[in-house]
Amino acid sequence: MAQGNNSIKKVLIVAFALCIVCSVIVSTAAVALRPMQQLNQELDRKTNILNVAKLYEPGMDVEEVFSDEIIARVVDLDTGEYSDEFDPDTYDSFEAARDPASGRTLSGDQDIAGLSRVENYATVYLVGSEDDPEQIVLPIRGQGLWGLMRGFLAVEGDGNTIVSITYYEHSETPGLGAEVNNPRWQAQWEGKKIYDEEGDLSPEIHLTKGGASDEYEVDALSGATLTSNGVTNMLQFWLSEEAFGPYLAKFRSGTEPEDAEETDTNFEDVEGA
Amino acid sequence: MADVNAKGVLTAPIFQNNPIALQILGICSALAVTTSMSVSLVMALAVIFVTAFSNLFVSLIRNHIPSSIRIIVQMTIIASLVIVVDQILKAYAYEMSKQLSVFVGLIITNCIVMGRAEGFAMSNTPGMSFLDGIGNGLGYGFVLMVVGFFRELLGSGSVFGITILQTVQNGGWYVPNGLLLLPPSAFFIIGLLIWVMRSVNPEQVEDNEFKMKENTKPKEAV
Repeated sequence: MAQGNNSIKKVLIVAFALCIVCSVIVSTAAVALRPMQQLNQELDRKTNILNVAKLYEPGMDVEEVFSDEIIARVVDLDTGEYSDEFDPDTYDSFEAARDPASGRTLSGDQDIAGLSRVENYATVYLVGSEDDPEQIVLPIRGQGLWGLMRGFLAVEGDGNTIVSITYYEHSETPGLGAEVNNPRWQAQWEGKKIYDEEGDLSPEIHLTKGGASDEYEVDALSGATLTSNGVTNMLQFWLSEEAFGPYLAKFRSGTEPEDAEETDTNFEDVEGA
Repeated sequence: MADVNAKGVLTAPIFQNNPIALQILGICSALAVTTSMSVSLVMALAVIFVTAFSNLFVSLIRNHIPSSIRIIVQMTIIASLVIVVDQILKAYAYEMSKQLSVFVGLIITNCIVMGRAEGFAMSNTPGMSFLDGIGNGLGYGFVLMVVGFFRELLGSGSVFGITILQTVQNGGWYVPNGLLLLPPSAFFIIGLLIWVMRSVNPEQVEDNEFKMKENTKPKEAV
């Protein structure tokens, strides 16, 4: 190495030039590839929604089927009514949960899914018609063993019967907790009921060890107790009155959710399906 | 490495001077990403790319790098390349980048990349350094594929996602070994691999680097 390399001037010049060159390369790559990456994310999300609604077939045109079959709406979790305040295509409930204006902090005993904050409005995806949907796809998330699990739960139009569940983002152990995405395990969910006959807003559905014995029970994942607990907890949370409970109650009682500021439903009166 | 020739630089790191098996570098990521072969393959390609190009660029400017900041200069180059790889994966291989998640970013801290930049590229010509990077990446990839093969076959009953042993979860007979899906199992496989490689090439066995002195008596200690 040349003698003059260690002069302060040379050190500064090399450091500065290197930083400029590297930052140009990195930012060019990031900016040039961003549209492609967003497209991928979007496609992945839509594929998962179609997948959980059992509309997905390999090789299909996801964009086209999605726009034909799926209607996205934003739901006010507090009242269970639809809201036109947000555009469902751009509304990001994950961001909204963090913003003090559009989310709220959960207290310790409410926060069974380990979320700490939850949004006030959430996007749901309706299959078929908006007034009388065949299926309702709800976004769910919660802590698993290693980290946050994000997925979708598809419910039939009666607001009580489960169609399927899928996770599009999780970091569970491959072969154990990651079996949440095993089609054989997912198939067990079909036809399970969320709520019992009493008509309250507390979900009955849960995972159980040693074989499911009734329609509110699903076999837990073997070797993945903590992941199974996470799945139970997030369903218990997202289907409770803290989240989608009031919204689903409308389907169970037969009064479809309407656009906001028109109804005055008292949830105490809602009867179970 | 005293004599530098293209073939030697490219092939020696695969068996003779394997970065994982002989130099015991880059173990951390070898534990993390080897649960399935397809993930191992993409990780190996990413490391080959980063090692090759970081060696090339470091070697190109080696005569201008002040020795006082050489480590940070190498790190900057490596980090930039890793970010570019990560961005490309997200754009063109989204599924794969989801599975690799943080481990692509952690190539920055892969000791092999840094080790070759400092140990080889700083004192050799760009062309040779580039080949050396590819060679070491291949050596890393070779170990990754071997470990990935055993972990995926015995842990999930498949190879490259194609079912070989039908597992009980899917109605077959094979009870998968859960340990092999957890990172510690890679330690066993890498250990066995090193054993095999050193049995085949006994010259890889290192001499004892130091000999312990016999216990000193209290009188002699002073």
